Amino acid sequence: MTSFRSGPDATGLFGSFGGQYVAETLMPLIHDLADEYEKAKQDPEFAKELAYFQRDYVGRPSPLYFAERLTEHCGGAKIYLKREELNHTGAHKINNCIGQILLARRMGKKRIIAETGAGMHGVATATVAARFGLDCVIYMGTTDIDRQQANVFRMKLLGATVIPVTAGTGTLKDAMNEALRDWVTNVDSTFYLIGTVAGPHPYPAMVRDFQAVIGKETRDQLQDQEGRLPDSLVACIGGGSNAMGLFHPFLDDNSVEIIGVEAAGYGIETGKHAASLNGGVPGVLHGNRTFLLQDDDGQIIDAHSISAGLDYPGIGPEHAWLHDIGRVQYTSVTDDEALEAFHSCCRLEGIIPALESAHALAEVFKRAPSLPKDHLMVVNLSGRGDKDMQTVMHHMAETVNQQEKTA
Amino acid sequence: MSRLQTRFAELKQQNRAALVTFVTAGDPGYDASLAILKGLPKAGADVIELGMPFTDPMADGPAIQLANIRALAAKQDLRKTLQMVREFRKDDQSTPLVLMGYFNPIHKFGVDNFIAEAKEAGVDGLIVVDLPPEHNVDLCDPAQAAGIDFIRLTTPTTDDKRLPKVLNGSSGFVYYVSVAGVTGAGSATLEHVEAAVARLRRHTDLPISIGFGIRTPEHAATIARLADGVVVGSALIDQIEKADNSEDAVNGVLQLCSELAEGVRSARR
Repeated sequence: MTSFRSGPDATGLFGSFGGQYVAETLMPLIHDLADEYEKAKQDPEFAKELAYFQRDYVGRPSPLYFAERLTEHCGGAKIYLKREELNHTGAHKINNCIGQILLARRMGKKRIIAETGAGMHGVATATVAARFGLDCVIYMGTTDIDRQQANVFRMKLLGATVIPVTAGTGTLKDAMNEALRDWVTNVDSTFYLIGTVAGPHPYPAMVRDFQAVIGKETRDQLQDQEGRLPDSLVACIGGGSNAMGLFHPFLDDNSVEIIGVEAAGYGIETGKHAASLNGGVPGVLHGNRTFLLQDDDGQIIDAHSISAGLDYPGIGPEHAWLHDIGRVQYTSVTDDEALEAFHSCCRLEGIIPALESAHALAEVFKRAPSLPKDHLMVVNLSGRGDKDMQTVMHHMAETVNQQEKTA
Repeated sequence: MSRLQTRFAELKQQNRAALVTFVTAGDPGYDASLAILKGLPKAGADVIELGMPFTDPMADGPAIQLANIRALAAKQDLRKTLQMVREFRKDDQSTPLVLMGYFNPIHKFGVDNFIAEAKEAGVDGLIVVDLPPEHNVDLCDPAQAAGIDFIRLTTPTTDDKRLPKVLNGSSGFVYYVSVAGVTGAGSATLEHVEAAVARLRRHTDLPISIGFGIRTPEHAATIARLADGVVVGSALIDQIEKADNSEDAVNGVLQLCSELAEGVRSARR
């Protein structure tokens, strides 16, 4: 049997997706990074150090929690939540940051840069930079700064410099452009800590490997609790790192149905969405060939999602490939559906999920009721929703206004 | 011989460097941009680089980012950029013209279609920032097979080990990016440029053009003493940014081009 887990090839391609589409100035740097990562993977000391920080600093393993009330409410599949929101800094992002910062240290880099959308990757990066005493600069779009002020403050508390990016719509894509411009300028000192399974090779594979701890733990935990594999996995997708982390260890288990949930914003038909697979076509951006939201001239179209962390016009190349070959099913959920799931999760389980993770939960609400009671479904609760209070309050006030207007 | 080969050979005989100018197609609008393009050879540009606008110019500094935004706001697209080249070629059969930009608009246009139309329109070469030699098969190989030069960027980070890989498959000329950074950023020291040119000459017989951070006639003259070509982009584009209207934009660019050309021509006298 051919494995779905062997990619990418030596040139960083998953099928026809991925690659190293960057300016020449950066090519030697990403080759160095790929070499150093290969060495680190073979080094038992690196593995030992990573395991130590995952356990004692991040707080792993994260629990696999049987969501009894959610299950009762849906009346079908047995729903488990992988509690990534309980990690230090409140999301799965730190899994990758710990791995990359250890690599940066091995490479003798003194300065860390990163892009951030919702701010969770920025906070996680600022956190590990503080822990290892490295300078940290975070690029963040001005739209995202407005809707995620608490995270901006957190980053500053942790000693990072947050640079507002006004270009484009001031969201994640623009922050990534600006981080790349910084990297191309500060090639000697700087390590670019990319937060998702995108960018030039080796980032998609490396970030996936650091996040795969999610799926590996899930496998063991479900084995302990149920004595078998799950029947389905559900995770939300912006760039796709929490999803890839959960999915990858299960790709070769044919019995496991795998579902990735994109952000449909106001609805795919409106054009205001962030669903690159369901509403985009292949193209090249930010170092990789993947599905992109773009117009007929190949100009990138700004994404829209209520969730800043999903507000990106591309997707990791391995997802593009898994979509292309049909191993993973990619669906989408609108802003309104995600908000409804957000509220239900708060009330039913006493867990305030991130708006990103609420997209995955919305898909669960669609699927679980019609599935048999012995169907085991695992949902990645990738982050906690504290950062989204402002957005949700704003949206609730708006809904009340609209109801008053129409009354 | 290609137009690029012919032009660099002529200039070598005249013992002077080429002035290579960069402007973004459609900036500040189609008509003004075409007027700039048509005026550049008379204003002393020896080789023209014409930017293909893109929403996400990751390797460009503020000046060229703004040029892209202006051009896209004026509805410039790749089809219109190729049309501009056709109109330019009606009156000018000798000035080499190189299209420069990012891969995605070409990818969307379709590589085969793009190469066919570019060739027919009179494009001599391509510079595609996000296509390193690792991706030669995507565009470089088919473009060269069709007789369009593929010009590579080499940078301060391109070491001796990597240089042959980058130069292998280069044609037309070699573009040395003299500083690690985005376009329009600070300039390299003269010592750095001298050493870089010497290093490149050990690896290639192609003409070497130097760019990034060259803004004045004096600076252009200094570089023109060392290299086969001097590339100026952001400084020309700043003339468009600060102009009050299209006419001022056209005049501003062509005036600065004339001054830069004088600088380049005076360099080795």
